[in-house]
Amino acid sequence: MKQRTLLKLAWQSILKNKMRTLLTMLGIVIGVGAVIVMVAVGHGAQSQIEASISSLGTNLIIVSPGSSAQGGVSQGAGTFNRLSIADAEELKRDGTTLAAVSPVITTRLVVIGPAGNWRTSINGVSPDYFTIRDWTVTSGDIFTDVDVKSARKIAVLGATVAKNLFPGVEAVGAQIQIGHVPFTVSAVLAAKGQSATGADQDDVILMPYTTAQNRLSGNVRLGQILVSSFSPNDIPAAQSEITAIMREAHRLGDNADDFTVRNQTEIAKAATSTTSVMSGLLAAIASVSLVVGGIGIMNIMLVSVTERTREIGIRMAIGARGSDVLTQFLVESVVMSILGGIVGLMVGFGGSLILAHFTGWSTAVPASAVLIAVGFSAGVGVFFGYYPARKAAALNPIEALRYE
Amino acid sequence: MTSASPPAEPPRSVIEIAGVTKVYTMGTNKVFALRGVDLHVHAGEFIAIMGSSGSGKSTLMNILGCLDVPTDGRYVLDGVRVDGLDRNALADLRNQKLGFVFQGFNLLARTSAVENVELPLLYDRQHRWENPRALAAAALGKVGLGERLDHQPSELSGGQQQRVAIARALVTQPTLLLADEPTGNLDSHMTVEVMALFQELNEQGITILIVTHEPDVAKYAKRVVEVRDGRILRDHPVEDRHNAADDLRALGEDDPVVEVEQAPPAQVAQT
Repeated sequence: MKQRTLLKLAWQSILKNKMRTLLTMLGIVIGVGAVIVMVAVGHGAQSQIEASISSLGTNLIIVSPGSSAQGGVSQGAGTFNRLSIADAEELKRDGTTLAAVSPVITTRLVVIGPAGNWRTSINGVSPDYFTIRDWTVTSGDIFTDVDVKSARKIAVLGATVAKNLFPGVEAVGAQIQIGHVPFTVSAVLAAKGQSATGADQDDVILMPYTTAQNRLSGNVRLGQILVSSFSPNDIPAAQSEITAIMREAHRLGDNADDFTVRNQTEIAKAATSTTSVMSGLLAAIASVSLVVGGIGIMNIMLVSVTERTREIGIRMAIGARGSDVLTQFLVESVVMSILGGIVGLMVGFGGSLILAHFTGWSTAVPASAVLIAVGFSAGVGVFFGYYPARKAAALNPIEALRYE
Repeated sequence: MTSASPPAEPPRSVIEIAGVTKVYTMGTNKVFALRGVDLHVHAGEFIAIMGSSGSGKSTLMNILGCLDVPTDGRYVLDGVRVDGLDRNALADLRNQKLGFVFQGFNLLARTSAVENVELPLLYDRQHRWENPRALAAAALGKVGLGERLDHQPSELSGGQQQRVAIARALVTQPTLLLADEPTGNLDSHMTVEVMALFQELNEQGITILIVTHEPDVAKYAKRVVEVRDGRILRDHPVEDRHNAADDLRALGEDDPVVEVEQAPPAQVAQT
């Protein structure tokens, strides 16, 4: 039989039992709809995380201390810190693919302002840091290379720090004490919000790295070097250049790297892996209902085969092969389940919009969901339609003709 | 074939069965439905196979119709050895060489006459047919239903339904038309009507084999084969053969029949 004839046949038989077809399809509609909503929630969460990762900075590459090994036992990342200010300066000087380089010296200290005190993280950075992290000020001016050279005691406050130390008061130009050292506030940063991990990115004070190194006491260390490439496409080239310069500077020879170079995509990947596991789990639970829908199709097809035993007998008597009958019933169940899949896709799409509206979650139906919906429902149709169709095809024409 | 044949140029052999037996095993019991049947049918014949229920005539019909295979014996249909063929080959043979007419009409419900008739053409694996719809319409025209192409079985009388079934059997230009109690569900007027159609088709050269238990039906055939207990009891030409067209005219004079649209309880496949 021609494909068009088969499809027409399936369509006619679907139309003959409208109510039954609708109820059977409903199982698939709910299954596909549930899967789509769950995928949309997972996908939405993921893109939200990706957006907050990209708030870290543009074309960001992070150089952090590597791990050391003592007697063959790895001591874990950061146990052996050979990163130095000199490395950052060398990268800045020699790098041809690097747009901006900044060391990040971190410590935590109590800051005393006119209205009270506040414990926060202090980052010693170079002016490039503001470029790399794409960070602007709401008032005042950021420091310059000259300020770095002279290790001036000036501080740039994050929005949270400014709010706590200078509630309702202009901070720029005021004096504060950081670890008993007097500083002048030179600027207040624009708010950046939460990071991917939920930490407040605005709870920070930035100052020239030389100042942090020379004037502050306590556990002052070079945590990482931030680098940005000229464009996202340059990231791999920039990473290999960083590696080359650093290996040269650390005179590593044949030894393994004593530092780690990671880019934003890798960080994003790590952060999104949890959500993708979660959304995979949700989709798996939702697909249980798809299986239940498939069982509904199988049930109805079995009933249909029994009801139409005589029709099958007639078709066989006039020359239908078993395979013709098999195809007929299989096409019927696949058409039914694909229709259910398409309706389910629309239901899922609408459902995720409604969910987003009422819960405020961000949901996004990925383009691949269309393929998944249609593909999965067709698969369900074939899988659950095969057994009834097989049963129909195996009927004995004489007995089928005699069936009352 | 090397079988001994009459000296004169014989008509083409359509059915040739020799020593056909059929045994059904029911638990430990063996039931012999056919105990060695020999039958030759030539092109252009009109044969009635008669017998009471349990005589084995239905089994014989199923075997001749390639719906079943003999336990033992030889069956050659239009030059094709049938015994030993698999399901698919039997299906193809039914499609290409046979036309079936059943007692219960066996039309697909909620399917128009023309769609019912074109069905066998759609199952043809050699794609011999160019325009199935037109061929089906022509076949319906041939049985006098050219005006009712789009009627569904429920909108047709029993006689008309049977004529649709005959059109469906004829549309593939089969070598043999097999009819199993074709008038069993029809009143006497419709019976004669259908038999007249069979006779007319036979005149046109179509080989017809009907299975019946009614002597009134058998008298329209040319040859009668009586089956009993799985064997052929008698095989003889029909003496005093009736012409159904004449009988129909006679019936019409005694008792003018009004066309009844109400079908008798017919077996129609649920779709």
